[in-house]
Amino acid sequence: MLTILLLVPIIGAIALLSGNGDRRMAKLCAAIQAAITLVLWFGYDRTKAGFQFTSASDPLLPGLDLRFALGVDGLSLLLLLLTSIVTLAAFWMAPNVEKRPGLFDACVLLISAGITGAFISQDLFFFYAFHELALIPTFLMIGIWGSGERQSAAWKITIYLALGSIILLIGLVDLFLAIPEANRSFDLEKLQALAGLHIIPVQAQLRPWCFLMVGFGVLVSLFPFHSWAPSGYASAPTPVAMLHAGVLKKFGLYGIIRLVVPLLPDASKQVVFGSWTALDLLLIALLGNILYVGLVTLAQRKLDYIIAYSSVMHMGYIFLGIASLNMIGLSGASLLMFSHGLSVAALFAICGALRDREGSLSLERLGGAAKALPFLGICFTLATFASIGLPGFANFASEVMVFFGAFQNPGNSFIRLATILSLWGVVISAVYMLRAHKSVFLGQPTDSSTKWVDLTGTPRIALGALLTLLLLGGFFPKYFLSYLKPTLEAVLR
Amino acid sequence: MAHTLPWLILLSPLVSALLVLLFAHRSKALSVALSLAAVFVSLGGSLLAFSKAPESLSTHFTWIDLGPAFQLNIGLKIDDLTKVMLLVVTGIGALVHIYSTVYMEKDEGKSRFFGSLSLFMFSMLGIVLADNLAMMFIFWELVGVSSYLLIGHWFTKESAAAAANKAFLTNRIGDFGFMAGILLVWSITDSLGFAEIAANISKLTNNPTLLTISGLCLFCGAVGKSAQLPLHVWLPDAMEGPTPVSALIHAATMVAAGVYMLARIFFLLEPSALALSVIAWIGATTALFAALLATQQNDIKKILAYSTLSQLGLMVAGIGVGAWGASMFHLFTHAFFKALLFLGSGAIIHALHHEQDIWKMGGLKKTMPKTFWTFAIGTLALTGAPFLAGFFSKDAILLAAYAKNPFIFGFALITSLLTAFYMTRLVVVAFFGKARSDAAKHGHDCPPAMTVPLLILAILSIIAGYPVFAEPIFGHDNFHAAHAATHNTLVPLLAISVFALGTIVAYVLYCGKSKDPIVIRPLANRLYIDEFYSALIAGTQDVLASLSGWLDRYVLDGVLVRGLSAGTWGAGYLFRLLQFGNLQGYAFLFGAGVVALLYLLIK
Repeated sequence: MLTILLLVPIIGAIALLSGNGDRRMAKLCAAIQAAITLVLWFGYDRTKAGFQFTSASDPLLPGLDLRFALGVDGLSLLLLLLTSIVTLAAFWMAPNVEKRPGLFDACVLLISAGITGAFISQDLFFFYAFHELALIPTFLMIGIWGSGERQSAAWKITIYLALGSIILLIGLVDLFLAIPEANRSFDLEKLQALAGLHIIPVQAQLRPWCFLMVGFGVLVSLFPFHSWAPSGYASAPTPVAMLHAGVLKKFGLYGIIRLVVPLLPDASKQVVFGSWTALDLLLIALLGNILYVGLVTLAQRKLDYIIAYSSVMHMGYIFLGIASLNMIGLSGASLLMFSHGLSVAALFAICGALRDREGSLSLERLGGAAKALPFLGICFTLATFASIGLPGFANFASEVMVFFGAFQNPGNSFIRLATILSLWGVVISAVYMLRAHKSVFLGQPTDSSTKWVDLTGTPRIALGALLTLLLLGGFFPKYFLSYLKPTLEAVLR
Repeated sequence: MAHTLPWLILLSPLVSALLVLLFAHRSKALSVALSLAAVFVSLGGSLLAFSKAPESLSTHFTWIDLGPAFQLNIGLKIDDLTKVMLLVVTGIGALVHIYSTVYMEKDEGKSRFFGSLSLFMFSMLGIVLADNLAMMFIFWELVGVSSYLLIGHWFTKESAAAAANKAFLTNRIGDFGFMAGILLVWSITDSLGFAEIAANISKLTNNPTLLTISGLCLFCGAVGKSAQLPLHVWLPDAMEGPTPVSALIHAATMVAAGVYMLARIFFLLEPSALALSVIAWIGATTALFAALLATQQNDIKKILAYSTLSQLGLMVAGIGVGAWGASMFHLFTHAFFKALLFLGSGAIIHALHHEQDIWKMGGLKKTMPKTFWTFAIGTLALTGAPFLAGFFSKDAILLAAYAKNPFIFGFALITSLLTAFYMTRLVVVAFFGKARSDAAKHGHDCPPAMTVPLLILAILSIIAGYPVFAEPIFGHDNFHAAHAATHNTLVPLLAISVFALGTIVAYVLYCGKSKDPIVIRPLANRLYIDEFYSALIAGTQDVLASLSGWLDRYVLDGVLVRGLSAGTWGAGYLFRLLQFGNLQGYAFLFGAGVVALLYLLIK
């Protein structure tokens, strides 16, 4: 089942690259992916921890437990659902490209295949390799079809993420070598089973922790390694921005929950220098995301940059949930990965729709768009509400859990202070999002906006699906959490 | 039955909101019908709950469940305090719905309006029925959303959109404190339910500093929602919304939620004398300050808005002097007469084609008699004329303040004086004398759907203060607790004298005038506080933002990233690859390189 899920977009991409097929075929691939994901979602046994729907090849290299192994647990399944829905929406919201449309659609399918592969791989090597597979078409698409300063944005994101990947790779190798030989394995399930055994000596945990946090951190745009993201997202074509900010970026967080939390649980208490522990440094970095990047977002005057920076900012909350190292915080962080992915994808989709109509996204040139574009206006309002954490949307449920989780650390007053400071971020995000919402959609309509045509047909369903899922998650977080619970309990054991 | 009742009250407006906003918005008539049906179901349910339900009833649905260690519940609870609020919210809600059918008749966004109104009813009832802090916070935020949507109803108007944002953001600042308070209380008592916190209160009282801090943090939420100083700035601007909204949300119910919340958590505030006195002073200062500003406003809705601020200040001060029963009593009577006044002003605005300046009115007594008589009753009730509702409830607060703190009492008394003054000014200028504009000459009473709610509210503004009416609603014990202060004849005498003084002075000063004989610019300009805030935001937040923006662009991104990367091997290697000048070729090499590197490392 999982193999088919992975093969569908790859075959689709190959067909497109060889000149066969068109956008309709790409959409069909995305639809099949989504259908398979739904079958998996409803077929998954939520009462059990561990991977399901597993399949594995024989060891690929002599002497190493390296296999092509696929499987999903609650966490990866939730992210898989995110991947499939966002891919689907990305195709329906994608602009019509004139320059090499086949390559464009093939790249989107490959990104989707890469992310899917990373989330369903049960093997460390493929977990890493599939992520790389997704990155390459991302770079290409920004370079070829991007807007604005696409060349420099493409190079910046390439160099930055390549460096991040290399640091991550060093970290992975370091982690692998830190595990006692008898327990070494590429199998994520076997690695996860080591959780709570403190199998790596406390002193040996810090170095791989640092490499991994920096490596994953770069990929997730953790402050101060975030500056690739805004320009990259702002110039990326709509489907890329949706898929990267919405889904691919979550790979780093997924990796942290999969590997760092269970295997290096004591590292965060280690002193790095002076009296600063590793956790303190992480908290400072995530406060950088929430407060500093939040302020930077306030200073932006273009809609795409606002959304791009805001997506960087929100990573801070997810890190806060992870830093709390308890069930509440980690559940919040995981659910926030999902809800942030949906809301930012919706925002970038609408942003792209506006770019198709206006060309420039600077706030001064837009205004009163809700009059001509009522449907897009309502969707943007809802996505804004989701993004600033209003009840009714999954983002709120997740953020609340993050705050409660982080605050439930009685022994550590710094993380409590960080929680309170992060709460202020909720005010900041409301300021910039509502300001942007007002300048773009409310007020007197601009002259050019009167000629615009609202979104019609299936794209409405695509956008609506993202928002519906956000509302479902907001009203019934319990349902989504029931998928996560056994997995996260295993991670935290 | 008993357990489904609160759910019925809560969920019927939600169902209506969803149906209207998602499906029925194309048909205005259907939207109105759904919305009306929902509010009457809630009203009926509330009446039933009032007459039948046991003293305290609770039922819940688990919203977030992470095992026994952490659960967030949507728990509903009906006790005496809830019953009062249920009646106020659904009763006035129903009248405002009826009134709006005519007021919003020609509005192209009528369906959206009624959908949002239903959403508001749902959110407000959620606050009222909440049995725990987390749920209260959820609905607290939702009330903010519906208020945002309704203030910004005429969204193509720049000022309405700006007012909606201002309201939302100011409230968010208060909610920041509220949430921090919730976290603190939860971390100390390990519980969120009001009953559970009360049971674990000793954990809090053991640590007086934390107790005071958490009490004041929670109070921040009320400062935002009930528009107390220094977060009062949003409420006058919120008058940009349609007038029925001002009546329901920004006078009778939502802004009173802060007071209701304080009454709900009073057990938590009571042990801290410091917290209570901060609350009392903020309330009293707001009361006096807003009353002062009201004397110099010319927009009929702005006068009423400042009056609302001032009365909310009195209620908050009442909590601060420990008389939460008196505050709830005043909240109850105030809801009727202030809704009446707003709906009355709406009738004028409707009849005068959106004229809101009282100096362009005049002579409305003759052309709009029904509006005049009901408005006059509302005014008398508000200003504390003897034997009307406001007299009794304000008296209860004054008595409590007198017993507790003479300064607070003084503030409240001056506020009463000013209230009588500015309301008489409003009535005299708008209704008496000659018409001062064409629109005012052609004033006329509105259709029955608008005047009947006025009439009902006028009757309630007369009777709501009498024990016969109020006692069964509050419950015998609570009602008498509201009057716990010693019987004292001095206080009511003083109250009546300031009422008479204020009324007479204003009548003498303003009768027959065609422009304001007194102009105090700082008061008319809101003491320049809004300007000060704008400057403060521009001077701090905006400066910080542009500084960070600059830092990010030129330092972090410019120097640091490029400098750092140029110095490392990885980037040097990658930069050489740049010579290919071909991204695709590079991408392939990059992928191959990573795979090869991994292979080598594993080997």
